[in-house]
Amino acid sequence: MVEQPAIGDNDRVVVHRLSKRFGNVQAVADVNLRVRVGEAMVIVGPSGSGKSTVLRCMNHLEVPTKGAIYIDGVHLEDPKTDINAVRKEMGMVFQQFNLFPHLTVMGNLTLAQKRVRRRSQKEAEEIGMQQLNRVGIPEKARMKPAQLSGGQQQRVAIARSLAMNPKVMLFDEPTSALDPEMINEVLDVMRELAASGMTMVVVTHEMGFAREIGSHLVMMDEGRVVEEGNAAEVFANPQNERTRAFFSKIL
Amino acid sequence: MRPVQVPGAAEIETDPLGIEASQERGEFPYWLVLMLLIIGLFAYLTFFDPTYVGARRAILPGLGITIRATLIAFVIALVIGLIAGLGRIARNSVVRTLATTYVEFIRGVPMLVLIFAVALVIVPLLADALGFSNRLPQEVRAIIALALIYGGYIAEVFRAGVESVHPGQLEASRSLGMPHSSAMRHVVIPQAVRNVLPALGNDFISMLKDSSLLSVLGVTEITQQARIFASSTFQFREGFLVLTFLYLTMTLVLSLLVAWLGRRLKRG
Repeated sequence: MVEQPAIGDNDRVVVHRLSKRFGNVQAVADVNLRVRVGEAMVIVGPSGSGKSTVLRCMNHLEVPTKGAIYIDGVHLEDPKTDINAVRKEMGMVFQQFNLFPHLTVMGNLTLAQKRVRRRSQKEAEEIGMQQLNRVGIPEKARMKPAQLSGGQQQRVAIARSLAMNPKVMLFDEPTSALDPEMINEVLDVMRELAASGMTMVVVTHEMGFAREIGSHLVMMDEGRVVEEGNAAEVFANPQNERTRAFFSKIL
Repeated sequence: MRPVQVPGAAEIETDPLGIEASQERGEFPYWLVLMLLIIGLFAYLTFFDPTYVGARRAILPGLGITIRATLIAFVIALVIGLIAGLGRIARNSVVRTLATTYVEFIRGVPMLVLIFAVALVIVPLLADALGFSNRLPQEVRAIIALALIYGGYIAEVFRAGVESVHPGQLEASRSLGMPHSSAMRHVVIPQAVRNVLPALGNDFISMLKDSSLLSVLGVTEITQQARIFASSTFQFREGFLVLTFLYLTMTLVLSLLVAWLGRRLKRG
């Protein structure tokens, strides 16, 4: 058991000395992060740098090998923690959307609201409709996911998470599976979300977006955080050699 | 054959008759025409040729039993198969071990031997143990045997079906706060069942054919009726032609239905 870190009222997500090993691969090595309420943290870095793994540990989709994650002070790896109770306060958006193909868009939006939040069908549909309006596709409510474009599917996936009224939203490369012309419609939704004060953690390759909304930029390489700070400052004046190398390749 | 292939998942047959494959090759299904001609000839002989009247009258009454036994056994096998199939992938290792043992046991013994064993050994033992009368009718024993055997086969179908659902589906449901059981029930299993409907259809057809094995228990389904008729009248040709006609008609109709269902599901 690792020592408990100091956790302030403003710390929504605390990643404390996190390590994750897959077989012989050290995916994440001793990472410390703090996501404060209302902050948009953007994690960037080359493929295989462990950024998705850190994100997936934040809602216990991956179980850390070492270290601890605290969500609003609740220790995720504590066996006594009710993981479902924590997860219902967190949204997660995946690279592959992971919409439920057997349900309509509205069915996707209402399922967890009914099963987890115990909302009535009517209430769940009202909230679902509000969120569909928010992501700009209310007219698709009765369609099946397969009838939508990639960008629309990802917006539905975001709406599905928002319908649960989460306190934090996790984005795992939300635009990486999209055709270029659809990337912006998804980023627009995320911009609006960040502007509304939603606490967000975004793993992305979209550097322009990272610079624009990332109040807090984290650069990872080989499982470690190599640089972190205010996004604008890090972009303007990267301190770390690997950050500079990465930016020069990608910008 | 065009199996639905998901990485790490078992194959699920969607085009058992090769209709789609032959369409893709731009080939007309001549086999179907030939088959319909054969069935037509058999139908003519069965219903209109006077030498076949005796066979028809002897065998047709068994049709109800064949269909009834197959239907009831299939429904029970679906329940057993779903439970055992989910048991095969359960996180609890005791459950998983028990389910795997059952499936492997069933798969390792010839069906005919299992039918004897279940009907003549296991059912009487169970009846004794539970204090039931040991005088269960042969048809009931036969149905139990068929259901237990196919439960093992169908378990594998359901297991493959669950494994064919992308792991992201479970992750998405869990990250919305749904408990594992609820995610399985509302997200994974509905998709799994949909994926395996054609395979289940094929198992139903196999079961209909395998119900002929129940004749060894003296259940008076069509095969038993044909055997009795043939051995008492020595009209072997008539008896077995009528019998063949009945099976072939039922399986062809069902196969076409399953093939149609498979294509419909694939279109979404």
